[in-house]
Amino acid sequence: MIETRQLKKSFDTQLVLDGVDLRIESGESVAIIGRSGGGKSVLLKHLIALLQPDSGDVLINGESIVRMNERQLLRIREKFGMVFQSAALFDSMTVAENVAFPLIRKKKFTPGEIEQRVTAALAMVDLPGTQKKNPAELSGGMRKRVGLARAIVYEPQILLYDEPTTGLDPIVADSIDKLIIRVRDQLKVTSVVVTHDMRTARRVGNRVLMLHEGKIYANAAPEEFFASQDPVVRQFIDGVADAKETIL
Amino acid sequence: MKFLAETWVGEWLTGLGRIAALAREAVMSLLTFKVAWRDLLYQIYFIGIKSQSVVLVTGAFTGMVLGAQTYFQFHKIKMDTATLAVVGVSMCSELGPVLTALMVSGRVGAAIAAEIGTMRVTEQIDALRTLATHPVDYLVVPRLLASMIALPLLTIESITIGIGASYLVGVYLLGIDPVYSWYNMLKYTGDIDVFIGLTKAFVYGGIIALVGCYKGMSCSVGAQGVGRATTEAVVYSSIAILISNFFLTLALQRVVVMLL
Repeated sequence: MIETRQLKKSFDTQLVLDGVDLRIESGESVAIIGRSGGGKSVLLKHLIALLQPDSGDVLINGESIVRMNERQLLRIREKFGMVFQSAALFDSMTVAENVAFPLIRKKKFTPGEIEQRVTAALAMVDLPGTQKKNPAELSGGMRKRVGLARAIVYEPQILLYDEPTTGLDPIVADSIDKLIIRVRDQLKVTSVVVTHDMRTARRVGNRVLMLHEGKIYANAAPEEFFASQDPVVRQFIDGVADAKETIL
Repeated sequence: MKFLAETWVGEWLTGLGRIAALAREAVMSLLTFKVAWRDLLYQIYFIGIKSQSVVLVTGAFTGMVLGAQTYFQFHKIKMDTATLAVVGVSMCSELGPVLTALMVSGRVGAAIAAEIGTMRVTEQIDALRTLATHPVDYLVVPRLLASMIALPLLTIESITIGIGASYLVGVYLLGIDPVYSWYNMLKYTGDIDVFIGLTKAFVYGGIIALVGCYKGMSCSVGAQGVGRATTEAVVYSSIAILISNFFLTLALQRVVVMLL
């Protein structure tokens, strides 16, 4: 279970998170939406302690991670897998080395087991046979798939996705959405997907949270959320710059 | 106090404190045995083997010019055969370690800062952290150990080639007596000078790696940030080497006096 309590974070004078309270149960799939620069990725990075809040608390399975040092956090982070917006693949390694990285670091697998798991993870993200390629040879969508394979290869309990479909064409974005759903259903992981893609939010989340002005503005099941008549929510769903405008 | 913190003095002291914290974390990492040992071998290769040409050229020409200049001065007072002794002491305790470290800081310190800085701006360091890997275990300690192992070896190489080159210039170009020169060099250059030089090289290896890693890990976003981190890594490690050289010389001389 992931919980945040009155999470506040500012960069210089800009207040990004202004008291975020959220609770995500184990096995749940949550989409966090909001405007670009609205603090979605900042919130996501707080859940895995890549950023430390100015005040407030983050609890993972009831344990506060805010005051832990980097070495204590290693134990907590073993529960997590994260897919970055930029994929963040290690560019000096091949695809296979990238995916095998967390297994090699754990030092409890034989080379045969590692190879087997890497092959299985790459097959799951529909990239079989790409082991020897370099990240620079892959397209944006393929890089995100490899990032996902690297995140699931050690079977974490929680998967965090930072803008998984941003910058991809609709067809590739659709395949990534399906992949997120497949991973969620097959591995029974808790998924937190940060996105501003309405289609992704509608499809991958059992629940949609909307971050607005540093707070959780809306929290509802996808059907309820997308039927909302709240002007702020409506404006975001309809994608209009001026709330008074309507889409023709 | 606040005014002081906002000046370059404050920034400088903050940087020193952070480097000290990084060094402490590196020692903690060594104690946990979570170091990426395979990467250590690669780093020794990169820092040691790949710096050969730079170190050899620097050592050779420094020895040659030092030998020539010393000869020109000593020749006036008929002390030609003391030339190689001066070169031996200077190369072992000062020029060998310092010039090797300065050259390696330009090549290796910059490369470390650029590599780690690029990893930082492309979120690869965050990716390491999410994969339950401490960046210090994986990135800093292999580079630090490799640098502290490679630099004394490179310094030995630089000293040897420097003295050898000076001998060739002195004997075959300037006509110094080879037997007396060699005898005087062995008489006045002691094990202590070599010990001082290697101790310095060991410390400089640590400085180069720590400053490079720190600058890379704290670099600001964007290509400009990486460029700045690279430049600062070279400048700050070079300055740190030159300043620490003075204090190390005094401290090591005192240690030597106490030991003898």
